[in-house]
Amino acid sequence: MTALLEVRDLRKWFAGPRPGPFRPRAKLHAVDGVSFDIQRGEVLSLVGESGSGKTTVGRTVLRLARPDGGTIRFGGTEITSLSRDALRPFRRRMQLVFQDPYASLNPKMTVEEIVGAPLAIHEPAIGTAERRRRVEEALSLVGLLPSHIGRYPHEFSGGQRQRLGIARALILRPELLIADEPVSALDVSVQAQVVNLMLELKERLGLTILFISHDLAVVGHISDRIAVMYLGRLVEVAPTRALFTAPRHPYTEALLSAVPIPDPMVRRERIVLTGDVPSPLNPPSGCPFRTRCRYALPACAEAPPALREMAPGHWKACIRDDIALASPVGVA
Amino acid sequence: MMPEAVTDRGALPAALAEDEILAVRDLSIAFQTPAGRLAAVQDVSFTLRRGETLALVGESGSGKSVTSLGILRLTPRAPFCRITGQVLLRGRDGRVRDLVALPEEAMREVRGRDAAMVFQEPMTSLNPVHRVGEQVAEAIRFHEGLGRRAALTKAAELLELVGIPDPRRRLASYPHELSGGMRQRVMIAMALSCEPQLLIADEPTTALDVTIQAQILDLLRRLQERTRMAVIFITHNLGVVAEIADRVMVMYAGRVVEQAPVRPLFGAPLMPYTRGLLRSVPRLDLAGLGREKLAAIPGTVPDPLDPPPGCSFAPRCDHVEPGRCDAALPGLDLARPEHRVRCVRWAELAGGVA
Repeated sequence: MTALLEVRDLRKWFAGPRPGPFRPRAKLHAVDGVSFDIQRGEVLSLVGESGSGKTTVGRTVLRLARPDGGTIRFGGTEITSLSRDALRPFRRRMQLVFQDPYASLNPKMTVEEIVGAPLAIHEPAIGTAERRRRVEEALSLVGLLPSHIGRYPHEFSGGQRQRLGIARALILRPELLIADEPVSALDVSVQAQVVNLMLELKERLGLTILFISHDLAVVGHISDRIAVMYLGRLVEVAPTRALFTAPRHPYTEALLSAVPIPDPMVRRERIVLTGDVPSPLNPPSGCPFRTRCRYALPACAEAPPALREMAPGHWKACIRDDIALASPVGVA
Repeated sequence: MMPEAVTDRGALPAALAEDEILAVRDLSIAFQTPAGRLAAVQDVSFTLRRGETLALVGESGSGKSVTSLGILRLTPRAPFCRITGQVLLRGRDGRVRDLVALPEEAMREVRGRDAAMVFQEPMTSLNPVHRVGEQVAEAIRFHEGLGRRAALTKAAELLELVGIPDPRRRLASYPHELSGGMRQRVMIAMALSCEPQLLIADEPTTALDVTIQAQILDLLRRLQERTRMAVIFITHNLGVVAEIADRVMVMYAGRVVEQAPVRPLFGAPLMPYTRGLLRSVPRLDLAGLGREKLAAIPGTVPDPLDPPPGCSFAPRCDHVEPGRCDAALPGLDLARPEHRVRCVRWAELAGGVA
């Protein structure tokens, strides 16, 4: 297996507020040393709560934001510091699907202009007839009709708009699709349609997907592997089944236990985390999760724990190897 | 007042049974739009007892939010919006009022005191230019007639009740200085400030992260145990419903399509739409065990300005029987004790056992 994407020690800082007049701005570590690979044909999900840095990882990998440290290799080539022009051939090989299908489609553009926009940028030489043919092809790929080509976004439902967003991302036939909360804004019945569509397209087109989401049920269905983020760091990376049946990081345990299960007969001991996620401007020393962790020891404050491989492919960043964590699923 | 058992529609008793807080009867809400009359909610009837939680479930456009806004008359005024039917609410003073018929002045007294509401997005429901303390104290001053200082003291107590650390100091914070979870706690504190009999929570945890959602659900449960208020909880998240509801009302295209206590609703749903909703949620216990297609419901909700004839779910239903399902609107049948369903085929689909 070859990794399509290799990310090593990725860092991204944003300028925070000034602590006082004439003082330099504080640094906000949105992504703080994140490393992972995605194999060709794989679906890797990045889960975490708001502010965990998962969206920033996606944007930085696409080079929509410039990394402040670390390396990104795509298809074996390092793209971390390529110039805009040098980046162009890579850009068409990785495309983005956005969360909000209402905000990410220009209401004044027709379907042909929206879905065809990537062609206008990356293949400006092709004629109108060819462009139209390619747009129609992309529309039927996502289950819309070629006759929709002259319509405007407001004529579509939320689910259909997200299909348009996917058609736009796929028209250049990318290898890597980065989907940032693509179904979060949709109703449940429609969510299932779009999840099915993405998995079907992955098989048909041999796509590799980085799926960014906070919805653990959807993530559990769609991913081969899952990476859990907390305050800019990965705390656990594991194959999907292993993460759900035998989580190894206390944060993953708490996250899984917080997901409400649609069965009133299930009554379980829930781990309710106290407090909020700490401010990334002033993160705790040592392990970022220790302030909310019920297993924290004084030693947890000393240094940020490194990711260690505990079982094949199952990594965790926690110094406590002596605790047995609960799973909502049980061992199958 | 004569306590009277509420049995069925048709009979419209003027009073509530002793332990009932709210009875909604044949509530319909229609908007006047440039494209014509839009029936957003049609013939919704239910009752709610003290300490009980009713979950209102449905997708966008099902009418679940409009129902709750209509109960408190927060929809636009006539002629843009017309509300018909009855909304009987027992106030804190024990009196039963029909909110549909109440003059606007009296309605202002009811809101906040007898019934309060928590909305989805706390950032848009809080005023960004006023301190949190003033906003929480406002309702107390209005309804209880307390002075500024006394109201602020009570506000601090409320903030403490909803689990906000250092409540005295938090009174001076502006909404943007709080996290999403804290803002939602402030909203709940405001709603509870006058100890209402009825709390309507419209997707109160949808904008929050799961760990914060767990905190807020816990908080609401504790507060409800303490105050015995009745709660209408509006959500599209079936996991949340399973966790907090005593009874569930499923809405589709402006109508109630199924109504039952929570266990039979999840254990033996009768309406194909409810079954479809339950099946379309990926199951946590099957995570990582292969990618069977999710059972999506095909198509989308009907256009409310141009509803299909007969059952409004028929165009998306697996079990549709042309000539029957599209012939006439099915009634809301009492299929089992306390379990109602709007489907002409429910008995056949349940295997013939009614």
